Amino acid sequence: MSRFVQRPDEACAGLSEKTDSPLFDWVGFWKNRPLFLWAGPMKQTLLFLSNLTKEFDGKKVLDSLNLEILDGEFITLLGPSGCGKTTLLRMMAGFEHPDEGTIALGSRDLTHTPPEHRPLNTVFQHYALFPHMSVFDNVAYGLKMEKRPKEEIRQRVEEALAMVQLEDFSRRKPHQLSGGQQQRVAIARAVVKRPKVLLLDEPLSALDYKLRRTMQVELKRLQRELGITFVFVTHDQEEALSMSDRVVVLKDGLIQQLGTPREVYERPANLFTARFVGETNFFPGRVEQAHEEDTIIVDVFGLKRTFRKPDFPVTVGQSLHVLLRPEDIRVLAPGDDEGVAGKVVERNYKGSTLDSVIHLEDGTEVLASEFFDEDDPTFDYRLGEPVKVSWVDGWEWLLPTEPETPSEEAGTDA
Amino acid sequence: MRSLMQQPFRTAVLVLVWGWLLFLVLAPNLLVVGASVMTRDPASFISLPVTLDAYRQLLNPLYLDVFLHSLYMAAMTTLVCLLIGYPFAWSLSKVAKRHQVLLIFLLIVPFWTNSLVRTYALKLILATNGLLNNALLSMGLIDEPMQLLYTEGAVVIGLVYLLLPFMILPLYSVFDDLREDYLRASHDLGAGRFSTFIHVIVPLTLPGVLAGIMLVLLPAMGLFFVPDILGGSRNLLVGNVIKNQFLDARNWPFGAAASIMLTLAMAFLMFAHRLSKRRIGEEGV
Repeated sequence: MSRFVQRPDEACAGLSEKTDSPLFDWVGFWKNRPLFLWAGPMKQTLLFLSNLTKEFDGKKVLDSLNLEILDGEFITLLGPSGCGKTTLLRMMAGFEHPDEGTIALGSRDLTHTPPEHRPLNTVFQHYALFPHMSVFDNVAYGLKMEKRPKEEIRQRVEEALAMVQLEDFSRRKPHQLSGGQQQRVAIARAVVKRPKVLLLDEPLSALDYKLRRTMQVELKRLQRELGITFVFVTHDQEEALSMSDRVVVLKDGLIQQLGTPREVYERPANLFTARFVGETNFFPGRVEQAHEEDTIIVDVFGLKRTFRKPDFPVTVGQSLHVLLRPEDIRVLAPGDDEGVAGKVVERNYKGSTLDSVIHLEDGTEVLASEFFDEDDPTFDYRLGEPVKVSWVDGWEWLLPTEPETPSEEAGTDA
Repeated sequence: MRSLMQQPFRTAVLVLVWGWLLFLVLAPNLLVVGASVMTRDPASFISLPVTLDAYRQLLNPLYLDVFLHSLYMAAMTTLVCLLIGYPFAWSLSKVAKRHQVLLIFLLIVPFWTNSLVRTYALKLILATNGLLNNALLSMGLIDEPMQLLYTEGAVVIGLVYLLLPFMILPLYSVFDDLREDYLRASHDLGAGRFSTFIHVIVPLTLPGVLAGIMLVLLPAMGLFFVPDILGGSRNLLVGNVIKNQFLDARNWPFGAAASIMLTLAMAFLMFAHRLSKRRIGEEGV
């Protein structure tokens, strides 16, 4: 699926915080390359989560989870509901306590520190602004608790409100603000304390689509300006990919994959990640030949295609999954030499792309998403029209077949 | 007019509601206001000329004393109800939801027994040879029976017993609405338990406190049968004064004036309650 030649600065895009050169992002470049420790400033680990385990009513929500959060990064915990992402965030904040394991900030153990003594602040899902206080008092609350001098409080609150462009709203009550404005107050209230880490619990889920996009950009800007580590929880994979330096994909309290958005999208570690992050076509493949140094030949729908050798061991005759994103698929004319025959069953105009569903002759459903090419006369196919489906070699991603998880089946049998 | 005829059910309901309010609420209250500004008359209860004598009489030290003492006992009742009711309602809101229903049900069960009967029951417990004294004597905690009945304390106990649910229910409702996230946010921003209580919990539960005070303080000044049974002759409530003026002293203007004072106090508390709710944005903008 690595459609583009992988350029290191692009792979770690968004990591730029303090760059040595404005032309090249050294921090991002060396971040996931611990072998080259000697080169450039490495980001240090700020928050150590070790062996965290938590059970609710006998159900394991977190299962010996280990995670290191780097100083200044934007890291997203992504997963379906019930995957443990919110519990993990609450543990960092101090609202939940792990049954086992430790949480440390640098060299300081926080496992048993109450939330009021942790240098971390939270932006809550429904903002939790104090309804009886004005915007100013809400933002000032944390500083008042620190017993800061009045003048300092006034100045810092004004700064924080200016940062979220709400200077003129300081006397309003939360219920007099729109959802997006309340969201900004919640952020100002948390960052005014200058926390080491800002924890954001699905902060955009209550906003409508357009406002959500605006706030995504806003949050990225704030994170760059403040240089604070952001830990962001979401179930929205698009949000996770577009905002994060690194994404943690969680399921059933276990980390499925940890990597840059690009790694997670283009090189998913397992079937769950591939299914959860974006749309994917899974083609059944069987290894035909595996004796070459770095390529294998795989039979997909009767086609013999040459693929890069995957990083898991392969033997001849083994079946595996060939993953192709809808945008990797090419829809060709039925007379083309290449490709597998099928017919178009659905066409969806999406503005910038044309999405189609194609049924292959063996019944496999293929999703394809193509950018408009006005010069291509064959581009627009009618419903029911026979076509051929192909892709560019090298854009595929291979995963071993996994034993089906028994949990879903067992539930219905019992 | 035509629309009223076209919707007979709607019309019937409107007539019933408005009729009820006009004849059974507004009219009697206007009569009381009217009576309060008339002159006392032994033959026909009230007569002209119009005068403010009754209100002037309210300032008489003798009655002022009764009012203040009544207010004091009612305030004590309210305070005790608040001190018991606040933590009670708080813990009630923390109990598992399915148990909450049962506990609230148990809170309401005593209402099924007439309050007069319950007050007599309390008299049996508090009497010199009553249950409480006998129990304490037999346990050897006291050597001779205590004087419990016919004291200020007995009246307050009686009032608290009858009125406590009226304090707990509105408090329970505000605690039930109090979102855990507000408390989390407060801790998250560096506030300890005490600061969170003062700055977040108290202001957010204030509407419930005021509603509770409203439902306890005013009835506590009016429940005349409680001092009648438990209080002896010295511990009178405003309710006793009003009842005596109408039934015994036959001074209707004065009784009416005293009654209006109670209504005004109620109106003032309702106003304060509204204000506190508006502060946290629950009503109007």
